[in-house]
Amino acid sequence: MNTLFDKIWDAHVVETLPGGASVLYIDRHYIHEVTSPQAFEGLQQRGVEVFRPGQVTATPDHNIPTTRQHLPASDPLSREQLTALARNCARHGISIFKVGTPRHGIVHVTGPESGLTRPGMTIVCGDSHTSTHGAFGCVAFGIGTSEVEMVLASQCILQSKPGVMRVRVEGELPAGACSKDIILHVISRLGTGGGTGYFIEFAGSTIRALSMEARMTICNMSIEMGARGGMIAPDETTLAYLEGRPFAPRGVEWERAAERWRALRGDPGGRFDAEVTFRAAGIEPMITYGTNPGTAIPVGGVIPPDAERRALEYMGFHAGEPMIGKKIDHVFVGSCTNGRLEDLRAFAAVVKGRRKSPRVTAWIVPGSKEVERRAIEEGVRDTLAAAGFELRQPGCSACLAMNEDKIPPGKYCVATSNRNFEGRQGPGARTLLAGPLVAAAAAITGEIRDPREFM
Amino acid sequence: MREPFITLTTTVIPMELENVDTDQIIPARFLKATTREGFGDNLFRDWRYDGDGNPRPGFILNDPARRGEVLAAGKNFGCGSSREHAAWAIRDAGFRAVVSSHFADIFRNNALNNGLLPVQVPAGCLTRLFAILRERPDAPVTIDLERQRLRFEGEEQHFEISPYKKECLLKGYDDIDYLLGIREKIEEYEKQRTI
Repeated sequence: MNTLFDKIWDAHVVETLPGGASVLYIDRHYIHEVTSPQAFEGLQQRGVEVFRPGQVTATPDHNIPTTRQHLPASDPLSREQLTALARNCARHGISIFKVGTPRHGIVHVTGPESGLTRPGMTIVCGDSHTSTHGAFGCVAFGIGTSEVEMVLASQCILQSKPGVMRVRVEGELPAGACSKDIILHVISRLGTGGGTGYFIEFAGSTIRALSMEARMTICNMSIEMGARGGMIAPDETTLAYLEGRPFAPRGVEWERAAERWRALRGDPGGRFDAEVTFRAAGIEPMITYGTNPGTAIPVGGVIPPDAERRALEYMGFHAGEPMIGKKIDHVFVGSCTNGRLEDLRAFAAVVKGRRKSPRVTAWIVPGSKEVERRAIEEGVRDTLAAAGFELRQPGCSACLAMNEDKIPPGKYCVATSNRNFEGRQGPGARTLLAGPLVAAAAAITGEIRDPREFM
Repeated sequence: MREPFITLTTTVIPMELENVDTDQIIPARFLKATTREGFGDNLFRDWRYDGDGNPRPGFILNDPARRGEVLAAGKNFGCGSSREHAAWAIRDAGFRAVVSSHFADIFRNNALNNGLLPVQVPAGCLTRLFAILRERPDAPVTIDLERQRLRFEGEEQHFEISPYKKECLLKGYDDIDYLLGIREKIEEYEKQRTI
């Protein structure tokens, strides 16, 4: 009576230590420029080579500029990190999706779309949003740099097995609500620590009806409620997405893999350590008012009376105020949460035939070169351009503002990313998290509005 | 080999805030180094200093009366990004342990991998510790890792830690030493793996 999580975890245990920690074998290891240099330095100090370079893939994404990418990064420190990644990959025989090449993008966008992320795998990366890959029925989680070094050295990691929580969402999602609204709704109910100690399996008819891109948004943000990761059992949607991807198996290999993946599911009656069910019917377009992702409310709602005072002071808001009508200065569409093609399409559908508000600075950042290519091919870029929006080049950008894309102090930004912590988008920046539809309504009006007015 | 952690008696810096995230502990713009050293200068950067780099007088780390090798903070400490730089920054600033009623998972692992001991205690115990420190900033605490005890002012609180991690901290070992030692076993595992 095992859950899907148990089955995948248990199949990857090389040995169990006294006290219960597992030596867990890792199928796929993604690395990027910010959390890997110290790991390579550690290997060098120990005189150890990378154990399985063929199972490691690198993508520079956190630091890179999102315009004029043919030029080197202007900040010398960023440039040094990017150079170090290229140097370390060359020295250890690790493949790298270089900036400007067709596979380049944010690590959690390009991994799935290239077919490197596949059901049943264990996947790690030195980035908390590695949980994204769980959408394919993987055990995928973020790790620290010492753990990156462990995996480079041994293709294994020492971990205690977390409990498993099932979050079910049932019913038809109302028009105007998207997968970002589902996960913001769930986090607002369970709290930022509600998933701590657990791995979450998302299930239910609402989740089943979602596309792979929408499922990735859900799993991506499971870390924001403290969960180790989130996952969704693979089904025909998963297989249809993977078939024909550059690194997906082909021919007879595909048939064999598909058969194995169809069988990947939890036992009926599998035991969960916690379980909670939501009704999709009650989910509306959401937005956050505070400084953690648990502070989401329906866009038409008012800031609750028990809102944390410190957060309201930082945001310049007061309890009891409605969100509708609040003026905003910036809009950021992008990140590993909502920087995929469907997100750009959703944004474009609302702004089509309208104009960007003159008070808004908008950064529309595709999650990868592939997303950019397809957005151009199917005319999304032209729609955006006609409405006064420029499509930038792929990268993490203003999600964490490590590059030049910073929100100025005191300014309000409606962002489709994953964190609204103080200063996340630049010192003093005020972030309101939302999905691409709410972001679009804000971008054309310069204020918080209900996107259903424009659909 | 790193410095073993056995027992520690020291004063405490209390930070009575919940959900202290890793973006506050070390903002992203300071993650551009390629070595592990020097992050302590920017620990809690935007809470500690204003935009011109002047210390903010109300922030606890800027209070000259507060000194110590233990940081105490509210629940869900270290949530958010997986950046190990957060643990490096706390360690680099001279802390050897953090006491909280709850730690975010990735932060806990990162701390343990850097000789920074996360001491998780019940909420009531933390509340009492905060109350004592409000009255007497120089009240000492003792952390006894061998016996898994936090002691202060007549109170003695047990805390949990995985037996393996405890051994590593007591002896100054790390996981990589262990994993390198079982490579043959890992190769055996790889032979029967299907993916």
